[in-house]
Amino acid sequence: MSKETVLASIRRGLRRGPLPADQAMALRARLAAHPRHPIPARSRLDHAGQVALFVANVEREFGTVARVEDVAAVPGAVADYLAAQNLPGQFVIAPHPELREIDWSSRPLLRLREGRAEGTDAVAIQHGFAGIAETGTLMLPSAPERPTTLNLLAEAAIVVLKADRIVGAYEEAWDLLRAEIGGMPRNVMLVTGPSRSADIEQALELGAHGPRRLHIVLVGD
Amino acid sequence: MHVATSSEFKRNAHQALDDPGLQKALARSGTAFIARRAAAAAALPEFEQLRDEARAIKDHTLAHLDFYLEAFAAKVEAAGGTVHWCADAEAARATVLQICQSVGARTVTKGKSMISEELAINDHLEKHGITPVETDLGEYILQIRHEAPSHIIAPAFHLNREDWEASFRAVHTDLPAERVFHERRDILTEARSRLRAKFLAADVGITGANFLVAETGSSVIVTNEGNGDLTQTLPKVHIALASIEKVVPTLEDCVSLLRVLARSATGQEFSVYTTFSTGARRPGDLDGPQEYHVVLVDNGRSGMLGSEFQPMLRCIRCAACMNHCPVYGAVGGHAYGWVYPGPMGSVLTPALIGVDQAGLLPGASTFCGKCESVCPVRIPLPGLMRHWREREFERHLTPVGQRRNLALWAFLARRPALYRTLTRLAARSLKILAGRRGRLSRVPMAGGWTAGRDLPAPEGETFFARYARAQRQGRSA
Repeated sequence: MSKETVLASIRRGLRRGPLPADQAMALRARLAAHPRHPIPARSRLDHAGQVALFVANVEREFGTVARVEDVAAVPGAVADYLAAQNLPGQFVIAPHPELREIDWSSRPLLRLREGRAEGTDAVAIQHGFAGIAETGTLMLPSAPERPTTLNLLAEAAIVVLKADRIVGAYEEAWDLLRAEIGGMPRNVMLVTGPSRSADIEQALELGAHGPRRLHIVLVGD
Repeated sequence: MHVATSSEFKRNAHQALDDPGLQKALARSGTAFIARRAAAAAALPEFEQLRDEARAIKDHTLAHLDFYLEAFAAKVEAAGGTVHWCADAEAARATVLQICQSVGARTVTKGKSMISEELAINDHLEKHGITPVETDLGEYILQIRHEAPSHIIAPAFHLNREDWEASFRAVHTDLPAERVFHERRDILTEARSRLRAKFLAADVGITGANFLVAETGSSVIVTNEGNGDLTQTLPKVHIALASIEKVVPTLEDCVSLLRVLARSATGQEFSVYTTFSTGARRPGDLDGPQEYHVVLVDNGRSGMLGSEFQPMLRCIRCAACMNHCPVYGAVGGHAYGWVYPGPMGSVLTPALIGVDQAGLLPGASTFCGKCESVCPVRIPLPGLMRHWREREFERHLTPVGQRRNLALWAFLARRPALYRTLTRLAARSLKILAGRRGRLSRVPMAGGWTAGRDLPAPEGETFFARYARAQRQGRSA
C-alpha cells in the first residue's frame, strides 16, 4: 500500500508513469553489466607496484604490515607482533581452510580458538579476501569461515593476506568477489586502518569502538 | 528533535554569536576541515572528473528512482530481508517501533543517522518503553546532554573538551569522582568501555545508510569508529533507515561516489569502515543479525523530484558545504533550528518542513558560492537558495519591512533620474556627516550593521557620476 503511494508520488514528480518496457530493459542491462567509471591512475601499476602502494597506504592510515615469505612463517610473525605489542599470546581465529593449513606447533605458547569473536577477546585473526592498493583497504566478506565479529570486537585485529590477493582498485576487488563468491555475501567490510574518532574537538584519536590496532601479515609477493 | 526553531534564526544566531563556548569551538575547528579536504583533493588528480561522474550517477538514478528502488527492494527480499516503504515520518516511526516490539526489544543500539534525527526515532522509542543508545561518540555525548547534533558528520562540533569531561562525570557516577582525564584519549576510552556492554546487550541495532545498492540489495554505512558495524552485527535484528534518494544502481556506481565522499567530508582518502549489509545471517554463519529490515522513507523527497530543487536530492551528506560556509562558521549548526544545518540545510529544510517555517534559512547566506564550489555532486546551492527566496517573496512570507524596502527600491530603480538624484544627495550627505574622519559609526536604519564596524563614507560622488566623468575624460584624451 505505502509502496504504491511512494512510487506514485515519485512518478508524479518525474511526470511519467511506470517506465516503458524498453527503458526498463536498458536499465536492467546496465545493472547486469555494472559498467565501470574512470579509475584513478594511481593504482594502474604492475603487481609489485600495487603491493608497495597497498603497504604504504595501510601504514599511512596507522595500520602495520609484516611481510613473510610463506604460510609457514605466519606463526612466527604473529608471535613477534603480539610480544612487541605486549598483547597476550591467545587469540580467536577464523575457521578458514587457508588458515587451517598453518602449523602453529612451532609456537607452542600461542593459544588459539577457532570461531567468532566475543567481547572478551583481545586478539583476533581474520582471513583477508583481498587488498585494495588504491587506499590500503582490506576487503573482508562474511562467510561461515570468515565471521564478521573478528573484524570488530578484539583490541587488535590481525589479518593474514596473501600478496597475490592485492588488486589496484575497488572495482577489481568487486570482480574477484563476483567471480569467486557469486552472490553478495551477507556482510562485506572494506577496512582501512584501525578504528578512530575525531568527535572530541575534531582531533584524531585511534581506538574508538573497533580494534585499536590493525596488523596485516602479508604472505608471499 | 521535534520542534523546529528555524523561524527564530535571527534570535538563534544572536545567541550563538554571544556564546563564548560555541565561538571557541567554531574558532578551533573552523579551518581544519577545509585544509584536510583541500589536501585530499590535491592528492587525487582525477578529483574534479570524479565529481562530474558522481553528479551524473546521482542524476541518472534520480531520473529512474522508481525503477531502482523496486530493483533494490526485490534484491533485499531475495536475500531474506524485508523492505518497509514509508511515505512519511509517522509511518516510519510506527514501522521501527513495530519491528522492535515484535522481538520484545528493551534496548536498541544506534549508529549515527541523520534520518533518525529527522524522524525523531529516539523520542518515539522512549515513549514506548524502549531505551535507545546512541553509540557514535559524538551522538553519545549529545544523548547524555539532551542536545541535537550541530553538524551532520561531526555531531558534537559545538562542544569543547571541558564539556565532555563535565558530562561524563555527571552521568558515569559509578566511576571514581577523582579520576583525571589527562588527554582526549581518556575520554574516548571511558566511552568505549561504557558502550561495549551496551553493544553486547542490545536486542535491535538501528543504523542509517549512506547508500543503498540496487544491484545487490545492500545498505552501506561509512564510519570511522566501528560503532555502526557493532550496531548492525551483534543484535538479533538490524534495521537500516534510509531515505529514498540513497539508492544507487551498482557497486561500481557506489565506489565512484565513495571516492568523493570521504575526501569531501573529513579529507580522508577512505573512511575506516565502509560496510555493505545484505540480508540476514546465512546458513552456517557464526554471527550477524537474524532479521534484516530496510525502512525506506520518503518524507518529502518525492515532492522535490521534477521541481527546481531536484538537484538537492544528489546530496551525499559529506558536510563540505557547511565546513566552508562563513555563516555556519559564525553561528554553528544549532542556529539553523532543525536537523540539517549549513547551506545544504538552508535548501533542504524549507523543502521538508515548509518555507513558511524555514524561510529565513535561504536568506542566511552571503552567496559567496564556496559551498557550490566544494560540493562533490555539484549541487548549485546558492541558486537553489535564491529559488527559495523568490518563493518566499511570492507567497508573501517575507517580513513587511523587508517587502516595503524592496518595493521602494524597485520603484526608484525603475526611475533612473530620480534614482540618480537621490543617490547623489545621499552620497553628499553621508560625506558631510562623516566629516574629516571619513567614517560613520552610526547610520540611520543600519544600526545592526554599524554595531560591529564603521561605514566608510562615500567620497561625495556617486558611481554613475564618476563613471560618466571617466568616460568623458577617456574620450577627450
